[in-house]
Amino acid sequence: MDSKKISVRNVTKIFGKSKKALQLLQEGEPKQSILKKTGATVGVNQATFDVEAGEIFVIMGLSGSGKSTLVRMLNRLIDPTDGEVLIDGIDIVKMKKEMLRDVRRQKISMVFQKFALLPHRTVLENTEYGLEVQGVPKETRIEKAMTALKLVGLEGYEFQFPKQLSGGMQQRVGLARALANDADILLMDEAFSALDPLIRKDMQDELLELQSNMKKTIVFITHDLDEALRIGDRIALMKDGSIVQIGTPEEILMNPSNDYVERFVEDVDLSKVLTAGHVMKRAEAVSVEKGPRVALQMMKDLGISSIYVVDRKKQLLGAITASDAKEAMDRNKGIIDILQAGVSTVTPDTLLTDLFEKVSIATIPVAVVDHKQRLNGILVRGAVIGALAGNNDSINHFEQAQVETAVDQEDKEVKSHGTMVPQNPNS
Amino acid sequence: MEQWFPKIPIADWVDTFVNWLTVHLAVAFDGITTFLQSIVDGMVIGFGYIPSYIFMILLTLLAWKVSNKGIALFTLIGLFLIANLGYWEPMLETLALVLTAVIISIVLGIPLGIWASQKQMVKQIASPILDFMQTMPAFVYLIPAIFFFNIGVVPGVVASVIFAMPPTIRLTILGIQQVPADIIEATEAFGSTTIQRLLKVQLPLAMPTIMAGINQSIMLALSMVVIASMVGAPGLGADVYRAVTQIQIGKGFEAGLSIVVIAIILDRVTQNIGKNNKQGGNAL
Ligand SMILES: Nc1ncnc2c1ncn2[C@@H]1O[C@H](COP(=O)(O)OP(=O)(O)OP(=O)(O)O)[C@@H](O)[C@H]1O
Ligand SMILES: [Mg+2]
Repeated sequence: MDSKKISVRNVTKIFGKSKKALQLLQEGEPKQSILKKTGATVGVNQATFDVEAGEIFVIMGLSGSGKSTLVRMLNRLIDPTDGEVLIDGIDIVKMKKEMLRDVRRQKISMVFQKFALLPHRTVLENTEYGLEVQGVPKETRIEKAMTALKLVGLEGYEFQFPKQLSGGMQQRVGLARALANDADILLMDEAFSALDPLIRKDMQDELLELQSNMKKTIVFITHDLDEALRIGDRIALMKDGSIVQIGTPEEILMNPSNDYVERFVEDVDLSKVLTAGHVMKRAEAVSVEKGPRVALQMMKDLGISSIYVVDRKKQLLGAITASDAKEAMDRNKGIIDILQAGVSTVTPDTLLTDLFEKVSIATIPVAVVDHKQRLNGILVRGAVIGALAGNNDSINHFEQAQVETAVDQEDKEVKSHGTMVPQNPNS
Repeated sequence: MEQWFPKIPIADWVDTFVNWLTVHLAVAFDGITTFLQSIVDGMVIGFGYIPSYIFMILLTLLAWKVSNKGIALFTLIGLFLIANLGYWEPMLETLALVLTAVIISIVLGIPLGIWASQKQMVKQIASPILDFMQTMPAFVYLIPAIFFFNIGVVPGVVASVIFAMPPTIRLTILGIQQVPADIIEATEAFGSTTIQRLLKVQLPLAMPTIMAGINQSIMLALSMVVIASMVGAPGLGADVYRAVTQIQIGKGFEAGLSIVVIAIILDRVTQNIGKNNKQGGNAL
């Protein structure tokens, strides 16, 4: 079979008397009229999609659009009325009870909206649960559970009971429990929706960080577009039980396939979509082996009072100010002697919402560096604010910064749609 | 009415049925009788071996351990009063009758409750039967009980079980079905078998509710002791019954008071066993 971890083929769920309803549905009758005619509720309507190994696949939609029903058919907590669900190429819909149990034990874990922890068990015992039902010996199981608890930062809490923990910590236990049995697939149904916004953002970050090491296949349900954009590699949008669009966050934002998606996307908070890469300006930097005289001349030409210093590989070393450069020139010193290291930096994919603080307290424009510490650009306060205000000119289409060729195309689309979220230069 | 529709002969049917049972299941009934009789006798003899003051101290300590000082004190004074009034022996007989009925209610009721909680069908069949058991006046099934089990403590135990078991069954069902759906879903999602789900999740979480059911069963069994004495069960109930038939108001009050004391002690102690379980969850 192919590399698809999960393949969903024409999966339908009808609650209630399903025979007539299924037929009507396949003839294209909408959900509401089926309810009127047959009294049956369409939970999911002929959904088809694939999830690649190692990706975070987000399913998004309004309340009642069928997200929970769909995700529960992936481990058959809900039995599909029709269609196939292939996990690693094997259809679980036709599977016998015992085999399905093995799939649930070994391949698929789940994290729940309301945590669903066992209140009579300690954090450690909760985390062990999945291994316990598999009959894993006590010692191995404790060891694995402890590793999982460490991963989610709950070391030291193992003998507490769930109700002694805050919501965020409880959901960490839920996550640890799901991680402990080493399943490849993680299903998360509104896993962070019950948490308050700050904790929620932390958990998203943590999930992304964990994911960068673990490379699980994650199906994440949310009704929050910001969350979907933040963590999704691809997003599927649902409406009335049907999937109306699947694509990368950029594709969804720039090419809403219909009114429904467009309305969803309309009031996206730009600060959670735009990144440093989108708003950075070209950085003027002086090479460290140049003398202070050159540096000073550059600053004069550009009309600035400080400048970044890079090495031959364009890696950022620090910054110097004009007055220091002047002094160094007088005393015959090199740039290296007056270098101020430890300037504040962000990466190109840092979201605007996460870099406000740095930008607002910085005395010189914040540097944008890539993972190899190479200077990509700088953040000028005015441009950051301009971008947030929806000012197109403040947003890069990457003509100035060094960019891949594909961007030209992107630009046209950007202009034609009026929204402007170009491809991240790194991706 | 009889004019246009003949009377349905339910009474005849029941009589025939009971006769048939008495004849054909005699061996089974004899076996049950011997079994129950020996349990009750064993308890009475066992309790009898313990000197009354040691018995008092043991119960007081138990009350102290599972609940609080106040109830322990009440236990001590109450038991002393019973001994002082001269009802110690009958009290032990009553205790044996009640405990036997409750143990049987638990042994039959909890598994039945578990079964009914898993199968909607079983629950639907059990529900009206449970209603029947609790609302049919106890005197009515005392009569066949004498047929099947003779006179004595055994028909008393049987009648008490029939009357006292429903709350244990009902609250076992309730406790198990009260476990939140998302927790059940989680246990399913991690691949638990039915037995694992029951033992590791549903029963532990249902325990406080089941304990409340057992507590109610104890109270109902106690409320049956006077009725049981009508078919020959010995104990405090027999003293009350005798006092009533002989219009000895004072004596009747004494025996009745003894039943109340035992009821309060058993109630408070078992109530707190349930609560302690709950708190154990937090405090550990
Ligand atoms: N057990 C059920 N019986 C009948 N109808 C159901 C059942 N579960 C869900 N539905 C219906 O199926 C549709 C999809 O519900 P679902 O819970 O999947 O939505 P959702 O997208 O997860 O919504 P939410 O954001 O509120 O969780 C709804 O119309 C709902 O009423
Ligand atoms: Mg849902």
